[in-house]
Amino acid sequence: MDQEKTWKEIPWGGLILDAGNAQEYHTGDWRTERPVHIMENCKHCMYCWICCPDSAVIVKDKKMVGVDFDFCKGCGICMKVCPFDAIKMVVEGEEGD
Amino acid sequence: MARSMAMAGNIAAAYSTKQINPHVVAAYPITPQTTMMEKFSEYVANGEVDTELICVESEHSAMSACVGAAAAGGRVITSTAANGLALMFEIVYIAASNRLPIIMCVMNRALSAPINIHGDHSDSMGCRDSGWIQIYNENAQEVYDTMFMGVRIGEHKDVRLPVMVNLDGFITSHKIEKVDTLEDAEVRKFIGEYEPFYPLLDIENPVTYGPLDLTDYYFEHKRQQVEAMEKALPVVKKISKEYSNYTGRNYDILESYHLDDADCAIVTMSSTAGTTKFVVDKMRSEGKKVGMLKVRLFRPFPVEEIRECLSGLKSVAVLDRSASFGGFGGPLFNEIRNAMYDVDGKPSIVNYIFGLGGRDISAVQIEGVYDRLMTAQAKMPGDVHYIGVRGD
Ligand code: SF4
Ligand code: SF4
Repeated sequence: MDQEKTWKEIPWGGLILDAGNAQEYHTGDWRTERPVHIMENCKHCMYCWICCPDSAVIVKDKKMVGVDFDFCKGCGICMKVCPFDAIKMVVEGEEGD
Repeated sequence: MARSMAMAGNIAAAYSTKQINPHVVAAYPITPQTTMMEKFSEYVANGEVDTELICVESEHSAMSACVGAAAAGGRVITSTAANGLALMFEIVYIAASNRLPIIMCVMNRALSAPINIHGDHSDSMGCRDSGWIQIYNENAQEVYDTMFMGVRIGEHKDVRLPVMVNLDGFITSHKIEKVDTLEDAEVRKFIGEYEPFYPLLDIENPVTYGPLDLTDYYFEHKRQQVEAMEKALPVVKKISKEYSNYTGRNYDILESYHLDDADCAIVTMSSTAGTTKFVVDKMRSEGKKVGMLKVRLFRPFPVEEIRECLSGLKSVAVLDRSASFGGFGGPLFNEIRNAMYDVDGKPSIVNYIFGLGGRDISAVQIEGVYDRLMTAQAKMPGDVHYIGVRGD
């Protein structure tokens, strides 16, 4: 977001007029823990993809292939909902397995 | 043809709401507002309006529903009083901050505790910094007319702010008076079609209301609200004039009564202005140079216009129907004396607090204030006085 705009140049009330501009805001900046995908356990059930509040689960050819760390905020919901222990959370900066 | 009708202030508010035919009304009953919503519910039940009436479980919900409906793109009206307004407080600010031109009638009533259902201005004065335009009305006719002006003012493209239409609880809300009305078609012509700005229901142009706004932009959005209030002042004047021409009933942001050659004056608001006019007439017939200034528009506060009206007077008493505990006099006094501070040869200005909890103020008491103003040589001793409280 352009930080230089004056009160004369912005929509009133803090209204956001451009749809989908959440894409410009990298919620991944906040992350303190990081999901690690354990591919051999994954059944590609897409449950994590449905539940992720930031649409950060990457799916290719109907397969869960990883996490978009620009947007993953590390909430751990994917780990919590995964029925197959295919996601674990590790503290940011520490190694996953 | 326009008709004269006998109506209490609340019925005038309900009848004008019916003629406005808003998309949504959301309200919760509270004395002395209740009879307005009872009457309006009747119109809804009879199919006389197209309005979606939302009966909510509290005033907090009432204002929340109004905010949602207005953001969706509707013309929205509500009403409340006293503790109901206090319960709404959080959302009252949100309505103004989101720039939603909601109309709210407030039947001014004392705040608890102890519980009191009668008229004073402590409720709306608590909201004076909320970003709502505030207009205080003397009688049922003013209430009726101000509703239509309020719609135009709030919805004006330079303004887009909610408007509080204030009337004195019971004194005006329940007293039956003659009200000259407009035809529905005349009302429709004056208020025009509603033009929503950034409606949520416009799915082709999606918008987000109420996002997080921290140290980087919140201040700028508040600065915009200050500007909107500044722009509201000429708009209120212009629309009052337009309405006066339309109906032949004169409206302005202030009403001065025998001020031109007066030595001393009382400044007050709402129904007390009527009593004060009666006293001015009596004292004028005795050759006494007294006058009155009625403040209709309290937010935005018309500083320049107040200066014009009060310069040249010797002494002024500001009558406040609410107390500001720990403050330097009542809210109206604060504004008036502050506005006059830089005026050369300004009058001496004192404050009288009166009428809390609906305590009557009599013509004799008002005459007593004028007598004291006239006998005080230069400046009356003391700043803040009380009318009608036992023990002074
Ligand atoms: S919920 Fe678990 S098993 Fe299902 S796709 Fe996500 S990681 Fe794979
Ligand atoms: S940790 Fe939260 S944000 Fe990150 S992928 Fe999992 S559900 Fe999405």
